[in-house]
Amino acid sequence: MEALIETLTQSPLFYATIKVVMVMGLMLPMISYSVMAERRVCAAIQDRIGPNRVGPFGLLQPIADGLKFLLKEDFTPDHVRKAYFWLAPALTMIPPFLTVAVIPFGSTLGSQNMVIANLNVGILFTFSIVSLGVYGIVLAGYASNSKYPFFGGIRASAQMISYEIAMGMSVVPLFMLVGDLNLGAVIDYQASGAWLIFKQPLAFVIFLVAAFAETNRLPFDLPESETELVSGYHTEYSSMKFALFFLGEYAAMISVSALMVTLFLGGWTLPFLGLNEPATTVLGGLLHIAIFVGKLGLFMLLFIWVRWMLPRFRYDQLMDLGWRRFLPLALANIIITAVLLWITRS
Amino acid sequence: MIVPRKELSFWERLYLPAILSGFRVTLRHFFKKKVTMQYPEERWSVPEGYRGAPYLVKDQDDRTKCVSCQLCEFVCPPKAIKITPPGPKVNKATGNVEKEPADFEINMLRCIFCGFCQEVCPEEAIFLQKDYSLTGQSRDEMIYHKQKLLELGGVHQDKIKKWEKKEQEAKAQGLTK
Repeated sequence: MEALIETLTQSPLFYATIKVVMVMGLMLPMISYSVMAERRVCAAIQDRIGPNRVGPFGLLQPIADGLKFLLKEDFTPDHVRKAYFWLAPALTMIPPFLTVAVIPFGSTLGSQNMVIANLNVGILFTFSIVSLGVYGIVLAGYASNSKYPFFGGIRASAQMISYEIAMGMSVVPLFMLVGDLNLGAVIDYQASGAWLIFKQPLAFVIFLVAAFAETNRLPFDLPESETELVSGYHTEYSSMKFALFFLGEYAAMISVSALMVTLFLGGWTLPFLGLNEPATTVLGGLLHIAIFVGKLGLFMLLFIWVRWMLPRFRYDQLMDLGWRRFLPLALANIIITAVLLWITRS
Repeated sequence: MIVPRKELSFWERLYLPAILSGFRVTLRHFFKKKVTMQYPEERWSVPEGYRGAPYLVKDQDDRTKCVSCQLCEFVCPPKAIKITPPGPKVNKATGNVEKEPADFEINMLRCIFCGFCQEVCPEEAIFLQKDYSLTGQSRDEMIYHKQKLLELGGVHQDKIKKWEKKEQEAKAQGLTK
């Protein structure tokens, strides 16, 4: 028995599995409760109260919602392309979870670094996976085989590819400053100096707006704009398959928020009380995870708040903003940063 | 009429003022008092003269005012009212009262709350009151019988005091003791 435990703990897969379970265990409730938060915040902004009946303060509402999704009829229309129709919801759910794998969500807990996969090309991995997110939506639009989902899919592909570029360009100056693509190194850099949001505010703004576009959130929710496209790419979906799209959207928001926390807000660090150093005690490690989740929550609140604040952009405005404003700005930012670095370092 | 399109300044074209004012508006509403009325616990106050469900009333001497004239049954547009008249036997316990109905049924599923019954009643025995959400588990439950209607209806202060006067008249003519 002891030998078994020893071989288990020696194996690198052992701790990785535990971390995966931890992250999933953190993320799934976060997804369902961000849906809940969305409804409550929306209600408050509209002078309403929002769901407050299920459980104390309506806190069990996500469970009721989940039950509803499970019990609804899972209807597959006759005219859809069945295989892709089934595949699409899964494809929208997977990328956000994969992205989280490389993000350091805490310093250390015992002997372990709180990151599932400490990749040296962390940010490249993230971007490659984030861009996979569009496939689920495009496939849903194509598989549904009817006009509104088709429009939604087309819009999604154009929008996400456009903003992918602005997003990628906006983070280049960050890595010029840090000199490493590893997300852990980005956090170490911020822990020893100022957060990158203060050093690269323009990059932050571009990344933030691009994040809204990437996750199809208002003011850029053109792929599913209810007023024009019924509900866009998931018009034909019902029950659990719809729920996967719905939760996938929130999972994407969480993963992008986690990325922004890591890149711009110093990840799990806080610049006082010695919280910049990796934790030595278990309590400190848990505190660092809590700090990370707290910062994540702030971004989620921003996502939710903006949805109920701003009206939807017109499609040409969206494209104009992406290609003619943000892309040149991001490029200029790279050049300015490069020149400044060259001056300061020579 | 041609409305001139205002030229936006550079600051306005940045879209930032729109975001800021949007944030101000939403923040103000976020902390505002909520307008939601939490229905089953809180209810709106029903105005005077509201036409709710029709119920039977008693007078201040605890006598049923209805005399089974069946005018309401006749006038009721959806035929929601059904009256069972008492027949030849008169209930002595209620005193000198004419023809209190054996049963009085209002089918609340049929009733359209029009108020004709209240208008037509010569005895002021039925009134549209303030209840507006009647619920039940079955159709049978939604047929309100005399007992329930009287319980819900309550007392109507009868200024004329019809039965008292009738009694005095009868005494004056030496018809009762």
